[in-house]
Amino acid sequence: MRDDLQLISDWIPENATLLDLGCGDGTLLAHLKTHKQTAGYGLEINQDNLAACFEKGVNVLEQDLDGGLGNFQDHRFDYVVMTQALQAVLRPDQILNEMVRVGREAIITFPNFGHWKVRAYLGLKGRMPVSSALPYEWYNTPNIHLCTVQDFETHCRKHGIRILERQVINRNHRTSVLSKWWPNLFGEIAIYRVKG
Amino acid sequence: MSQQNPDVLPHAAAGSVGLIEPQVHHFDTPLELECGRTLPTYDLVYETYGTLNRDASNAVLICHALSGHHHAAGYHRPDDKRPGWWDTCIGPGKVIDTDRFFVVSLNNLGGCHGSTGPASINPETGQPWGPDFPMMTVKDWVNSQARLADVLGIQRWAAVIGGSMGGMQALQWSIDYPERLSHAVVIAAAPKLSAQNIAFNEVARQSILTDPNFHGGRYYLHDTYPRQGLILARMVGHITYLSDDAMRMKFGRDLRAGRFHFGFDVEFQVESYLRHQGEVFSRNFDANTYLLMTKALDYFDPAREFDHSLEQALAKPSCNFLVMSFTSDWRFAPERSREIVNGLVHAGRNVSYAEIDTPKGHDAFLLDIPEYTKLFGAYMHRVANEVENSANETESRTENAGASADA
Repeated sequence: MRDDLQLISDWIPENATLLDLGCGDGTLLAHLKTHKQTAGYGLEINQDNLAACFEKGVNVLEQDLDGGLGNFQDHRFDYVVMTQALQAVLRPDQILNEMVRVGREAIITFPNFGHWKVRAYLGLKGRMPVSSALPYEWYNTPNIHLCTVQDFETHCRKHGIRILERQVINRNHRTSVLSKWWPNLFGEIAIYRVKG
Repeated sequence: MSQQNPDVLPHAAAGSVGLIEPQVHHFDTPLELECGRTLPTYDLVYETYGTLNRDASNAVLICHALSGHHHAAGYHRPDDKRPGWWDTCIGPGKVIDTDRFFVVSLNNLGGCHGSTGPASINPETGQPWGPDFPMMTVKDWVNSQARLADVLGIQRWAAVIGGSMGGMQALQWSIDYPERLSHAVVIAAAPKLSAQNIAFNEVARQSILTDPNFHGGRYYLHDTYPRQGLILARMVGHITYLSDDAMRMKFGRDLRAGRFHFGFDVEFQVESYLRHQGEVFSRNFDANTYLLMTKALDYFDPAREFDHSLEQALAKPSCNFLVMSFTSDWRFAPERSREIVNGLVHAGRNVSYAEIDTPKGHDAFLLDIPEYTKLFGAYMHRVANEVENSANETESRTENAGASADA
């Protein structure tokens, strides 16, 4: 399992209820179901991913995140999780609000656009950054709303979303001293646990 | 199919369940119906495909839609032109894999293909039941299907599966017999009919009821049947089974003779198609059954006895659900399936949902559409794996028990 998913699963207690936005092939949900007896659903629109979830016996609903989460009641889940999808939705602010409405807590991961390599790429090459965390070209990227660690934290402060925990990790999904002290400069992937 | 050999008859081709002999079971225990009446005795005609495993845990029930019946897969005779109505999905290696599942498909009560219905003889009068045949509901059908399960020695279905009205039966099963199924597969269905759905059914019914050959439903005694009414009913129904796009692609504004005749005979291909469909249907379907089946659809509303809360109605089921819909279906549109899904999510049930992108309309559930086949297949694969894993466990437990007894 991906290390960021492992980090997230460490944050989730036994018997929790979950909603996983953009759940992919259901790896995280299946892992948590087996190891922490969690219950919940994934939302996904990719056909191959839906089929993979069906095979795994993971509950998955075909639903586009851009349509909102209006079909779920307030605080229906203990956790609403969204890994590496915030930057790809039409309105990240709205989906964040929905996440903290539907979940008692929300867990979000996104690629940090403030990482020094990204800055250097744009600053020195003068071209849109391409890296392992951001592998697309400007014209075909699904990442239409990239943000930095600072952007995200400012947004949360402004909109009354409390940050309960933060982890920033590098390409190899490890934390380092540098990324601990200067997350916006040395973190490649940011992982947050927040509350409405 | 992979074999293109013209010498191989379709029933002998790979992927076919082959030649099938329907069976009939006679029930002597009276069946109490939701309308308050009782059916003293009745017959159910059914077919089975595949083999029931040792602990009877691999059985799957197929519930049919409005004009369906027990003949879901395979062929009755070697020279049959067409296989059963869901042959695209049922067979060796297919979505509902008869190498792994024991599949049961029956004709519902009130039907006209061998199960007791309005055209059957009422034992009390010696005449066909006709309009005196009791009104059936989805609940009644499910009760009768549970009795068939008893007869076949099936305590618990691995899955109950149906499209359209069949999906409603699967949903009703989960509510009425939660302990008797592991999975419910509800395809292109709705939690209840909308006013528009009921309106279309009413037009269909009125066309039958006002046919001069209907004779108050006792047309059997006059050696006739409401042919024109049935044709009209089917024509209007058929429009709702296809999408606007599907009709455009299939017929467009094509003319049969290539030019206008300035008359009311068949000119457009779509007219010809609808009339043909109606014609074929009228020869093979009983008018009283059509009335009864559409009424059962209209009455279906499992939330009604739970304070009109679908969430409460779905509080009991413990099975896993697969709900599927088709984007161009306007008879039971994706929104209607999402009502079911939301009800299940609110009730905290295990449910998965897929919306198949297709222009084929409501009838898509009967077709081999790659995305549909893939997703439905993936789900059924999981169901089969669960059955086989638990069967293996039971076996090894029995063996262990045997070993310790020997020791």
